[in-house]
Amino acid sequence: MIVLAFRDVEIALGGRTVLEGVNLAIGQGEFIGLLGGNGAGKTTLLRAALGLIPPRRGAIEVLGKAASRGNPAIGYMPQSRAVPANLRLSGHDFVAGVVDGARWGLPLLGSEGRREVDRVLELVAASALAHRPLAELSGGERQRLLLAQVLVGSPKLLLLDEPLMSLDPSHQAGVVELVASLQRSLGLTVLFSAHELNPLLGVMNRVLFVGNRQAALGTVDEVITEPVLSRLYGTRIEVVRLGGRIFVMAGAQDMARDTHGCGDHGHAHGQEHSHEHSHGDHAADA
Amino acid sequence: MPTGKSTPTNTPMGTTPPMLDYGFMRNAFAAAAIVALVAGPVGYFLVLRGQTFAGHALAHIGFTGATGAFLIGISPLWGLLGMTVAGGVAIGLMGERLAQRDVAIGLVLALALGFGLLFLHFVTSYATQATALLFGNVLAVDQATVWSLLALGVVALAALGVIARPLLFASLQPELAEAKGVSLRLMAVLFLAIVAFATAEAAQIVGVLLVFTLMVGPAAASLRLTRRVGPGVLLAAAFALAEAWGGLALAYETNWPTSFWITALSGLVYGASLLPAVLLETASARPKAAP
Repeated sequence: MIVLAFRDVEIALGGRTVLEGVNLAIGQGEFIGLLGGNGAGKTTLLRAALGLIPPRRGAIEVLGKAASRGNPAIGYMPQSRAVPANLRLSGHDFVAGVVDGARWGLPLLGSEGRREVDRVLELVAASALAHRPLAELSGGERQRLLLAQVLVGSPKLLLLDEPLMSLDPSHQAGVVELVASLQRSLGLTVLFSAHELNPLLGVMNRVLFVGNRQAALGTVDEVITEPVLSRLYGTRIEVVRLGGRIFVMAGAQDMARDTHGCGDHGHAHGQEHSHEHSHGDHAADA
Repeated sequence: MPTGKSTPTNTPMGTTPPMLDYGFMRNAFAAAAIVALVAGPVGYFLVLRGQTFAGHALAHIGFTGATGAFLIGISPLWGLLGMTVAGGVAIGLMGERLAQRDVAIGLVLALALGFGLLFLHFVTSYATQATALLFGNVLAVDQATVWSLLALGVVALAALGVIARPLLFASLQPELAEAKGVSLRLMAVLFLAIVAFATAEAAQIVGVLLVFTLMVGPAAASLRLTRRVGPGVLLAAAFALAEAWGGLALAYETNWPTSFWITALSGLVYGASLLPAVLLETASARPKAAP
């Protein structure tokens, strides 16, 4: 069963084409790592699946229906975490604020709502810390609460935008492990965007790599290769495997500077040049 | 605490405090209670959303409306309300585009006060009116104004009750709320219109310059001390009520301005709300939360 499908999708943001000709089909129960450089369109792809950004061309389908805002089948963890660091609200109320949050009226939970909050807190093993104020929680603990919010309403598809951002490596492994175990036990489909490939290597079924307005979906061995990544980064990429980890490096970075940096190549090249800078910077830690 | 219900005109040794022998004091206590019960809950969401500056800005804009109302001969309350609602809706519609425009906002606010000053210039009873608008004159509130405040307060609280759930969602997790079908812009506009009502009300008690003290002070203290939304909203209202009534009582005893006493109590309560955290921090080194 296809949970998320993009058919010849083209998406533009503010006149700039971010993705074009994107075709992909993600099946039920898959754990997909969504990778790509800064500004490559990871967040845009997720927001398009949520129906927040209408595609300029093509069709996006979630569980066989056109993507539309407010789809209860999707759980979403946005990239920008709005939680003010000094908020003394309890984790419980932070999660409870999401239950049926789009409905008008007072934010009073019925017994059903309270059960839902208890259920999702238990799923992420946060029942014990939920009475503590958010300000006193660690980054990893807050991440669990954000994940609990995602699970409210029993969605089938989780779109997680950079859940590992600003977490130290030990917490990163914990979050990946938690998402993977939830995915298995609840039969969820997960699209997990990340900056780095390695934390996801053991758990993801396939990788969706975006860059250069294109997207490539396949197994790690199919996608994390020099030809595919060179195409997606628009520059020559080297892939080095070392002790079970994969390093993606932009070996051609200096060469790119020589060819594009002389100043007489016009506007288009100048733009490309700046792209390569960010790819190079990123690829070093990918 | 007095209830403002009794009419002890001929019973000097009655059971109610002597300050309630005066009609203007009864009006003041009633007005302060209405305003506090609106400002507390509205302020809770204002602080939760990190929009306290918007409340401050609306009060400044309201000054122009109030002085303009003087000029054309209508009640300043309605002029104030008209301008704050218009300002609130405008800020809500502009949304994030305002976030990085502190110079532009500051200039618009200064301009609003400047226009207010100009309008006052054309009004004969300049100095008294200006002081009353800027710093409040709750002792001059008449019975008709109390009824107006009650009507406005009921509208504001009812509206807040209708949008409270999606507003809380949009305040805690804006992007998730948007994905779940909540219109962030609609929430911003509706909420700031409610804030405009609360601002116009609070300005009647403490004046446009000190609206912060009733709207933000009690709510910020409550957010420091509570972990649940419901109790937090109630405590914000209770603080606002205690500060407003306490300010009136102290003003009666000392003959100092009511607004001074309200700001003093508001500052005191907020300061005290910080104490538990400060004590805890010095007592034991807490693990730092990751950014």
